[in-house]
Amino acid sequence: MTFWKLFARNRGAVVGLAILILITFMAATAGIFFPEDPFSLAGQSMSPPGENGFLLGSDSLGRDVAAGIAHGAKTSLLIGLLATLVAVCVGIVMGALAGYYGGIIDDLLMRVTEMFQTIPSFIFAILLVAIMKPSIESIVIAIAVVSWPAVARLVRGEFLSLRNREFVQACHTLGMSDIRIMMGEILPNCLSPVIVIGSLMVATAILIESGLAFLGLGDPNIMSWGFQIGAGRTLLRSAWWVCTFPGIAILLTVLAINLVGEGINDALNPRLRERS
Amino acid sequence: MSHFARRIRYVVKRLLQAIPIVLAIVILNFLLLQLAEGDAVDVLAGEAGSATPEYMAELRAKFGLDQPLPVQLAVYLKNVMFFDLGYSFRHEMPVSELILDRMMPTLLLMVATITLAVGFGIFLGLVAAMGLNTWRDTAISIFALITYATPLFWVGLMMIVVFSLNLRWFPTSGMENFAMFYEGWDRVWDIAHHLVLPTITLSLFYLALYTRLMRASMLEQAGQDYVTTARAKGVTENRIMFVHVLRNALLPVVTMAGVQVGALIGGSVIVESVFAWPGLGMLAFEALFSRDLNLLLGIFLLSALLVVAVNLVVDIIYSTLDPRIEVS
Repeated sequence: MTFWKLFARNRGAVVGLAILILITFMAATAGIFFPEDPFSLAGQSMSPPGENGFLLGSDSLGRDVAAGIAHGAKTSLLIGLLATLVAVCVGIVMGALAGYYGGIIDDLLMRVTEMFQTIPSFIFAILLVAIMKPSIESIVIAIAVVSWPAVARLVRGEFLSLRNREFVQACHTLGMSDIRIMMGEILPNCLSPVIVIGSLMVATAILIESGLAFLGLGDPNIMSWGFQIGAGRTLLRSAWWVCTFPGIAILLTVLAINLVGEGINDALNPRLRERS
Repeated sequence: MSHFARRIRYVVKRLLQAIPIVLAIVILNFLLLQLAEGDAVDVLAGEAGSATPEYMAELRAKFGLDQPLPVQLAVYLKNVMFFDLGYSFRHEMPVSELILDRMMPTLLLMVATITLAVGFGIFLGLVAAMGLNTWRDTAISIFALITYATPLFWVGLMMIVVFSLNLRWFPTSGMENFAMFYEGWDRVWDIAHHLVLPTITLSLFYLALYTRLMRASMLEQAGQDYVTTARAKGVTENRIMFVHVLRNALLPVVTMAGVQVGALIGGSVIVESVFAWPGLGMLAFEALFSRDLNLLLGIFLLSALLVVAVNLVVDIIYSTLDPRIEVS
């Protein structure tokens, strides 16, 4: 209840949530409103928006842009969520080990994290997908590989500040195992910043995914917004709508997720908001 | 110890710290090469059309690909040290030569982008911080929020639609108009003309980033004790803002500009392939299309090393600007 009240104080976050619900609805109902394969020929090619029964026009192969956007929403949300989930899990494990044990383990893990943060992440993602061959799995893995270091650093910091607190010492005297203390006692205490960073990471993941698909590294069997724009760029002169509408879809989705992320931040860390 | 000696020691320490990271990046690169399906000989055999297994084994021996992994790694490390990054069979050229050929356009684009993004970012952040919670502040925040969420390639394409195809103000692609055979200042002008749209596209995201950073940094500094002191001494508000606060607020923005170089290289792959800007990013895009993994890995390695180098330089500049850094 209080969470929702705090969240609703941020008007931008409420607008973001509304947009996000709409996009999720669009993704969920894509198969009902557009039962045909989005790659299939749906009618007259190069139709401008509103003509020949195409709401948002069609491309040079007669594919329905609107159908592509609806089906692409599924891809974007799915890859964004999966990649973030994997990255957050890896980041939590690395950060927890480094922060809890300290010493050599910390040094070693932080050097690895630093190296991953130094590498230009988008080129690294391109390379990983190119080497593993484009598919949903390889895209998820690539995005997760370039995103986990931020989570690891955050979790490590939280663990460092919590590991010597009294409640942790109490757990030690009770004879709890390290794993139970880490996952059952310390982790729940640092979940709120992880949730915030995770929600913002979904937005970044969607942007990376669209960039990869634009460069031709999307899963060839699945419609995505980046693919639509990449395929439509040669038609820029004659059919502006093919590129324009999927881009607006990406923009709205990422914007909505960022707004919701900020709202969650305000709700979970109310003191932070009052300070600024 | 004299101040100068301490500075030298700090620089040497930072240089030594960079070595393991460089080594790790090179090894990662080698492992990625191993991970890929097929090796250089498969590629060669594919190019030639047909090759007998005996001939392929002979080739592998010639390239040292039949050696155990640690030996191959050692050879690879030695090659990288002499800037030998392998051979691109598509371009029939050594990778290092290809990369050097395409380096200048990318550097040009990046320098232009950083200048524009940092300059405008500082300006906008300053405007937002000075008019806190006014319409200017809100407008700048909304602008930052939207540019944060926009995919670069889409901005680039929309720029082409509006400014090249409809208004005809700027060319759609390329770096210069070869057909005109411009020379001297005409050529410089021509390249600058081509540079406008890619630079604006690539700088938008960082512009938003630096604006936010500058705003936050100004607000943080404005609450410091030295500001109160200055005010108590009777220094004018404008002088406090522009002389005292601004100088200190610039530091985090400078550091961030260094940290972001890695992301900037990633962005330039997208922007260069949208505008057919003939730099490293475009080369990476071409390598992707022709499945030229050697070339792609070379570009990756070089950009990672570039990031390490830039961070090193920024750290050293930063420690000169703010001597407190060395202590920590």
